[in-house]
Amino acid sequence: MNNPKFVVSPAPFWHDGSSVTERHLHKIYAALPAVIFGIGMYGVPALGVVCLSVSMAMLWELLANRLMERPYSIGDGNAALIGLLFAMLSPATVPWWIVVIGTFLAIFVGKQIYGGLGGNPFHPTLIGLAMVMISWKSVFDFNAALIHYDFGFNMAYPLSMVKQHGSAAASAYNWYDLLLGRQAGGIGSTFSIGLILGGIYLMLRGFIRWEISLSFLAGVFLAAAAFHGANPVKYASPFFHLVTGYTLIGAFFLATDDSSSPVNFIPMILYGLGAGILTVLIRSIGAYADGVVFAILVFNIANPLLDKIRPAAVGKVNDHA
Amino acid sequence: MLKKSFLGFLKPWITYAPPSKKPIVPKELPLPGRLTFIIDTPYTTTTNALLKPSAPVKAFEKMRVYEEDAAYAIASAGGKIVEVKSFLGPFGRKQTLVTISTDPAAALDETFAQAAAESSAAILTDHLELLPGNPRFHRLKNPQKPISTVLISAADGDLMLNTQAQVINNRLDAVQEGIHRLRDLTGIEDIRIAVPKDFIHGYGHIGATMHFVDTVYPAALPNRMVQQVMGITIPAGKTPEDLGILPISVEAVAALADSFSSGCPACKKILTVVAPDGSRHIASVVIGTPIGDVLAAFDIPVSEGDRLISGGPMTGTPLFSLDQPVTPDMDGLLVQAGSEIPSYTDTPCINCGDCVRVCPMRIQVNMLIRFLEARQYQEAADRYDLLSCIDCGLCTFVCVSRIPISQYIALGKHELALAHSAEEVHE
Repeated sequence: MNNPKFVVSPAPFWHDGSSVTERHLHKIYAALPAVIFGIGMYGVPALGVVCLSVSMAMLWELLANRLMERPYSIGDGNAALIGLLFAMLSPATVPWWIVVIGTFLAIFVGKQIYGGLGGNPFHPTLIGLAMVMISWKSVFDFNAALIHYDFGFNMAYPLSMVKQHGSAAASAYNWYDLLLGRQAGGIGSTFSIGLILGGIYLMLRGFIRWEISLSFLAGVFLAAAAFHGANPVKYASPFFHLVTGYTLIGAFFLATDDSSSPVNFIPMILYGLGAGILTVLIRSIGAYADGVVFAILVFNIANPLLDKIRPAAVGKVNDHA
Repeated sequence: MLKKSFLGFLKPWITYAPPSKKPIVPKELPLPGRLTFIIDTPYTTTTNALLKPSAPVKAFEKMRVYEEDAAYAIASAGGKIVEVKSFLGPFGRKQTLVTISTDPAAALDETFAQAAAESSAAILTDHLELLPGNPRFHRLKNPQKPISTVLISAADGDLMLNTQAQVINNRLDAVQEGIHRLRDLTGIEDIRIAVPKDFIHGYGHIGATMHFVDTVYPAALPNRMVQQVMGITIPAGKTPEDLGILPISVEAVAALADSFSSGCPACKKILTVVAPDGSRHIASVVIGTPIGDVLAAFDIPVSEGDRLISGGPMTGTPLFSLDQPVTPDMDGLLVQAGSEIPSYTDTPCINCGDCVRVCPMRIQVNMLIRFLEARQYQEAADRYDLLSCIDCGLCTFVCVSRIPISQYIALGKHELALAHSAEEVHE
């Protein structure tokens, strides 16, 4: 009998069709409303930052692959996502060399030295951002960076104002403006509605874990409510904290990085709550105006430990019983 | 092939194929010109082999390769031996492949009929070990693991299959008769039958305690079924037999009744044949028939690069040739078009946790895979529950990185078993 050759491979023979590239592309799609809003507001400089950041991150990834003689992973979309998030967190006036250095640190120090995708213990973008933030403080001082922009709304960076002047400063902003992105901040981190819609999309599609995002927001809200309740004059209301600074982009795009966040239910909740609470602690009594970057980095470290809290496998034999 | 739902935060909720509402008459395939049988004995030398080319074979003759080796196959039809050769089974297991050319006029072997008249429990292992449905009755004879409960599975373990459903829905009398036979022969009183929740028959008196199993995959895999029916969790690395439970398919029970009523071992296997377009057919095939004949009977074309699967899409085993025979444990025959075959990649685990959430055994697959990739099998078993795995394949089904997780797990279990048996020999 004429016997054709068949594909022989072990079970299972079906796959649900998901892929790493799809996952990262959808995260990029979900970020686009906020990015496009930022470009629309700040114009060509913001477009330049986004383009430079994305392309540099991809170039660094390519270079890292070549240097380390590993297969090219540029097509999986992760480098582009890292670059895009870096641009979203940066002010529109960020110098080109900061973008180059920041994305280099993100890709090399944040990701590739740990073995690339999946091995990074921290969010790569946050590693890059934290290093340039500490090294060149003035660049990320949004009040100084955006001083030449006037769009007819309150251009003072909300978190700095609240930190310096107490909760009275919060009354200078109205909810409407904060939700619609009429506030100072990073290119893609101010358009609250866009970020929320993107986040809801990602949560529904399962590209991020809703437990982390929601518990992060709950952590921010609860901690801010506690501070506000204790001293309403000094500390701004919890709602103010939810829609200013990096809170929303942190909840939906930064805390939810696959590799550096837990996968079990209780650890995800603890991780989100912890990072949220720490964010408000840094904002309220720490040195920095915004605490999202460092709070998430700290809880990235805690991730392996938190993920030890796990249900026992069915049929697990306990030797100590 | 099933795809991820749009609302990806939901766990995949894969239900078993519901049985057809109308009774289906299985398509009877004619006796082919050649039959092939796999005997679980390594074919090492021809000198004292009992099976020689061109020797005649009686219908229903018990074929063994060597006198001293107990493993056998029952010739589904009489004829002449064409070829005896060695065959590599799963995990490189050395077996013997016997091909016979059939002759409808061949003499009938009477040993089963004589044994049936005596009606002792030995007949189960001596003649009925390889009934359709692969009952493997030798499990009853292990003195270290006495069996106290027989659990008849009337639910198909894998997706797409309707083989057990076909038997329980259409052959209730044979099943009832088989249960009585089984009770008489083994003396085991506690016989239970597990049927799918959507089983629509009147119950009648079937002679066994009726239990219902869930219709969401993998509820009907043996370990999960034992848990639902008996309320017992099988400890990691143990089998139902270790706990005195003998899972057996309902098809084998019906075949047991058929064997006694007809006076010769039943040898017609009910087979769910699934075409690449997903259409399903039920066939009744003589064990040993080449699968090429089965596919030809349903006009299912196959071409280079397709995949042939014995069993279901989640737990089946691949076939590599159209000449491979229908075996007693083959519940399904799936053809997957080459364009439908998902590719695996060497992308590392990105820790998305989908596998952890989908695992019915609550295994930390994301950690387990890291140990398995590093070949630390003992660590994987001790710390991340390698042996709790029931091989349902769901983790691999949902893996975003497309890692062949199930393959790593199978390899890990195999290596671990090898290491342990080597230790025992050493002691």
